Amino acid sequence: MTAPVPTQVRGRASGPRTRSHVVRSRSHRFSLRVDVRALTVGVLVLATTAAVGVLALGTGEYAISPADVVRTLLGNGSPRTDFVVNDLRLPRLLTGILVGAALGLSGALFQSLTRNPLGSPDIVGFTYGSATGGLLVVLLVGGTGGQIAVGAVGGGLATAVLVYLLAWRQGIHGYRLVLVGIGVSALLQGVNAYLLAKARFTQAAQAMVWLNGSLNGRGWADVRPAALGLLVVLPLVALAASRLKILEMGDDVAGGLGVPVQRTRLVILVLATAACAVATAAAGPIPFVALIAPQLSRRLTRAPGPNLLAATCTGAFLVVTADFASQRIHESAQLPVGVVTAVVGGVYLGLLLRRQRRAGRI
Amino acid sequence: MATEAGSAPLVRTDKASKQSPGRRNSTRTLAVLGALLLLLTAATLSLAVGSRALSPGVVWDALLHDDGSTAASVIWDVRVPRTLAGIAAGAALGVAGALIQALTRNPLADPGLLGINAGAATGVVLSITVLGITSLWASVWFAMVGAVVAGLLVYSLASGGRGGATPERLALGGAVIAAVFTGISQTLMLLDAQALDQLRFWSVGSLARADDETLTTITPFVAVGLVLALALVRPLNALALGDDGARALGAHVDRTRFLGLAAMTLLCGAATSAVGPLVFVGLAVPHIARMIAGADQRWTLPLSLLLAPALLLFADVLGRVAVRPDELDAGVVTAVVGAPVFIALVRCRRAVTA
Repeated sequence: MTAPVPTQVRGRASGPRTRSHVVRSRSHRFSLRVDVRALTVGVLVLATTAAVGVLALGTGEYAISPADVVRTLLGNGSPRTDFVVNDLRLPRLLTGILVGAALGLSGALFQSLTRNPLGSPDIVGFTYGSATGGLLVVLLVGGTGGQIAVGAVGGGLATAVLVYLLAWRQGIHGYRLVLVGIGVSALLQGVNAYLLAKARFTQAAQAMVWLNGSLNGRGWADVRPAALGLLVVLPLVALAASRLKILEMGDDVAGGLGVPVQRTRLVILVLATAACAVATAAAGPIPFVALIAPQLSRRLTRAPGPNLLAATCTGAFLVVTADFASQRIHESAQLPVGVVTAVVGGVYLGLLLRRQRRAGRI
Repeated sequence: MATEAGSAPLVRTDKASKQSPGRRNSTRTLAVLGALLLLLTAATLSLAVGSRALSPGVVWDALLHDDGSTAASVIWDVRVPRTLAGIAAGAALGVAGALIQALTRNPLADPGLLGINAGAATGVVLSITVLGITSLWASVWFAMVGAVVAGLLVYSLASGGRGGATPERLALGGAVIAAVFTGISQTLMLLDAQALDQLRFWSVGSLARADDETLTTITPFVAVGLVLALALVRPLNALALGDDGARALGAHVDRTRFLGLAAMTLLCGAATSAVGPLVFVGLAVPHIARMIAGADQRWTLPLSLLLAPALLLFADVLGRVAVRPDELDAGVVTAVVGAPVFIALVRCRRAVTA
């Protein structure tokens, strides 16, 4: 990590010039470019997420007014609201925020890496791989949450490595990675369907909920590992971010500027996979958030480059909002959050494709 | 389907095109005969292999006169419907794949990858969960509607703007539509435990539950779809030159696309409602056909028609013997065998610009 990196480098020259400040360490060894608009977008999105969160904490069997929710969060609530908010509903909300943030970050890294709006853990096969791993644990061991998480992360990592190796041919090309991922995904979908069909019905129903990505019944025990995982991944991503920006300019330019292209790509891929693994371990594979969050945040920031910060915040917003909606759709069925993100995300992406096309960008 | 000697096909991208047309067509005729032989072999195996293995001689006897013996009843009640349903569904998927690849000029297109099967599957799930329909005869129509909706959505997402429906846009649109429809059908299944129990077997893609009713239900749809597809071979050949080139040759581009989409919908809807959403059959087979016969639809379409059911039956037979006494569903086998083929294709394209 010693390559000096010029900070004036711009990403793809699209959209208006962005105002940004560069924060440097005293030795000039580390520097971080802060885009003002992106930071504003991040803060606003997080504020909206908090507002939805307060609503979510107040709704359910036992309704609490937003004012009382905030009071309880600040530690001044009645014992009853304290129990409902802090013990029952807050862990679920926090898990949702962490999972969404991890997915948004992972998606932004993947899309920047593959230079392709389709490059997301969903498409590259990670999601189905983690589902296979989790399913195997559910069906063979009848495992608990922790074991399922381990199985999911193992399956996801194994799949990511497999896709990467299969797509390797004198280096990795974005589109080939996506296509190989689609192939491996289809293979794993077959395997998953088979496992589901072979299971006992109760197990199948349980696995099915998990397979769609769900935040049902999440407690403090789920929040801690997710928070820890993100705490490890985020600083490392911040360190690699400047190189990623240069990588987006093409391999030749990046190589010319002294960025070790293939090594950087591998590091980013590992980090993106790790972020996705954190999310999957906590909530199962929630589809489309990683695909949509970077797209949506780019619309808001209008900034070139990977937009990591804004995408992370947008991911959190998407998952929290989708979870709130999924609990409202059907009072008794407890729909998994994943089915909401699949449908809504898909519709949004469809509109986005149309817009992109009209503008002649794809 | 034979061509008049000397009428060179429009599109020649294969090495063998340097040979004289006559010789080229004799190779193709041989290929078609070989594919037919392969299909017969697969069908024989499908009749003979299973938990009760029967020798080809016994199979032949039982087929000729149904004498009420155990062997005859196994063959006539279980294996004949299963084999014929496999042939119908396989032919439908293979030709649908060839059609979609020709229409989109995208060698990586597949009804499964483009979300058409997901649409059909959602139609079936809807009919079972919301309307409580249990007969296949009724759910086929819903599969058709689902396939049409998905197909139109993918196409409308991808077409228009500059350059029309490029392969890249189609792949993107297909991935999106497939995900949306999968989400919808998963939601419906989760809301209805009974339907989930019924549908989780179907959604693997399997010939195991195919019976006489399946066959009589889907045959008319498949037949119409196949006839329509085979009638389109010439304009499809013209379409390979691009829209303007096709128009210059006098082909009706929009009409061909519409009819092709209609045929594909019939085929995908029927196959999906009968055997579940099978992947990769429609992708791999047209490629094999093109390797053998070059890029002439007059040969690749009939070849796909013969090769795809052979492949599906082989997959089914393999599933019967692979994990005895259990059975692997054909859908799992095609996924496990088809995915490497797809990945190899992706790797072989020097720079994937799909």
